[in-house]
Amino acid sequence: MTILNIQKELRGSDGAINLDINKELDHGKLTVLFGKSGAGKSTILKIIAGLVEPDGGEIVINGNTWYSKEKNINLPPQKRAVGFVFQDYALFPNMTVRQNLIYALESKTKIHKVDEVLELMELTKLSIQKPETLSGGQRQRVALARALVREPEILLLDEPLSALDFAMRAKLQDELSRVQKLLGITTILVSHDKSEVFKLAYKVIDLQMGKIVKSGTPMELFGGENISGKFKFSGEIVDISKSDIVYVVSVLVGQNIIKIVATEDETTTLNIGDNVIISSKAFNPIIVKS
Amino acid sequence: MIEESFIQTMGLTFKLAGITTIILLFIGIPLAYFLAYTKNRFKPAIEAIVSMPLVLPPSVLGFYMLVFFSPRDGFGQWLDEMFDLRLVFTFEGLVVASIIFSLPFMVHPLQSGFSALPRNLVDAALTLGKSKSNILFNVLLPNIRPALLTGIVISFAHTVGEFGVVLMMGGNIAGETRVASIAIYDEVEALNYSLANQYALTLFAISFCILLFVYMVNKRFLKAQL
Repeated sequence: MTILNIQKELRGSDGAINLDINKELDHGKLTVLFGKSGAGKSTILKIIAGLVEPDGGEIVINGNTWYSKEKNINLPPQKRAVGFVFQDYALFPNMTVRQNLIYALESKTKIHKVDEVLELMELTKLSIQKPETLSGGQRQRVALARALVREPEILLLDEPLSALDFAMRAKLQDELSRVQKLLGITTILVSHDKSEVFKLAYKVIDLQMGKIVKSGTPMELFGGENISGKFKFSGEIVDISKSDIVYVVSVLVGQNIIKIVATEDETTTLNIGDNVIISSKAFNPIIVKS
Repeated sequence: MIEESFIQTMGLTFKLAGITTIILLFIGIPLAYFLAYTKNRFKPAIEAIVSMPLVLPPSVLGFYMLVFFSPRDGFGQWLDEMFDLRLVFTFEGLVVASIIFSLPFMVHPLQSGFSALPRNLVDAALTLGKSKSNILFNVLLPNIRPALLTGIVISFAHTVGEFGVVLMMGGNIAGETRVASIAIYDEVEALNYSLANQYALTLFAISFCILLFVYMVNKRFLKAQL
């Protein structure tokens, strides 16, 4: 049983917000914390790890109480079995890849674990390199490997892929998904990327201004459940232009621009920057091999 | 021809600088660590005290230390009676004076070294179950090697070059408190320019070599980090 019941007053750049969440997580699954920056997502991870103390609530991970205001329990970060992957990776520059992993071990008798994880993350060839010689994607894999080597009870990933380019991000999403499912480790991923949510999440928690506004499967949250479409994509409007008597709305879906014909009436409610869903009801889309 | 007194004086100078630097390292690391990470509201006051020797005339510092450590009254008398330790006009006194006077030269580089490291390194090590002291020795200190080197070398060089505090606290006793910078003054007073030049040239050359070494090594460190 994993319960997050956290209250904390945060003072951010745009005033104070009250972080107040109460949620039970699915054991062994990946839950995405979704929301704009400043919603308190990263702070929640830091509170779970014990790096930031909440004002109240209770944190129970796999049945173990790590924090409880009521019972006056507050384990120090060292006693919490977390694997934390930071946005900037936080690899130790003075250590090689292998030494970074060895440092993470609780006892040197588990050294075989290092080689196992290096193998799992396909890092064996890089093991004697220093972090400064690695690419962003490789550093990311080392950070994940270092978090896994301690066999944590919960894996906390703070926007781990946001600094990477699109192709590398897609590749690492697959890898993350594979490793997470293989190890069956309860995981919280902070993200503000909807495609990432659909690809990785078992459940999503939508966080706004420190509060949970919605939670459920990615489809329930972002699927546009009131349209029974044959296909649908969510994207962002990048351009609206007039062409003769109709309007052409350009929508960015993933890496592609899709142009949609719209009437003048329809365009009055649409603005550049809006998130929209494109769907087809009456006609079957044509599929050709690319 | 090198006189015996020259060797004795230079030896004493480096002994003083060496001992001072080693003790400063043990004081400077915890102090800089504290200043870099503390949220204590007295931090500005502590920083101001540490930095005082940078702006205060050495004679002011020397004068108060002379009064404070005088064996005739107060703290100096207590030290004299309890530990048979006399700090005025002795080598031990010079060490104490040099430690206080060179403190900012050790603390400042270390403090900026600690502050420049990403905060996440400490957080990451904490989530990996490591204690604060383990993190200090295995993560923080190895990653501020350029700052450590700068602190050690500048403290050493600054102690070698000190004049005012040393003169006030130590006087000019051959083999006990006469260091190179005092000896230059002494030889000039005695119109013994060739010996004064010998001291001066030696200090000049050594200071240049030390600084050259620091800049060359740190350049390599910085390159390695890019």
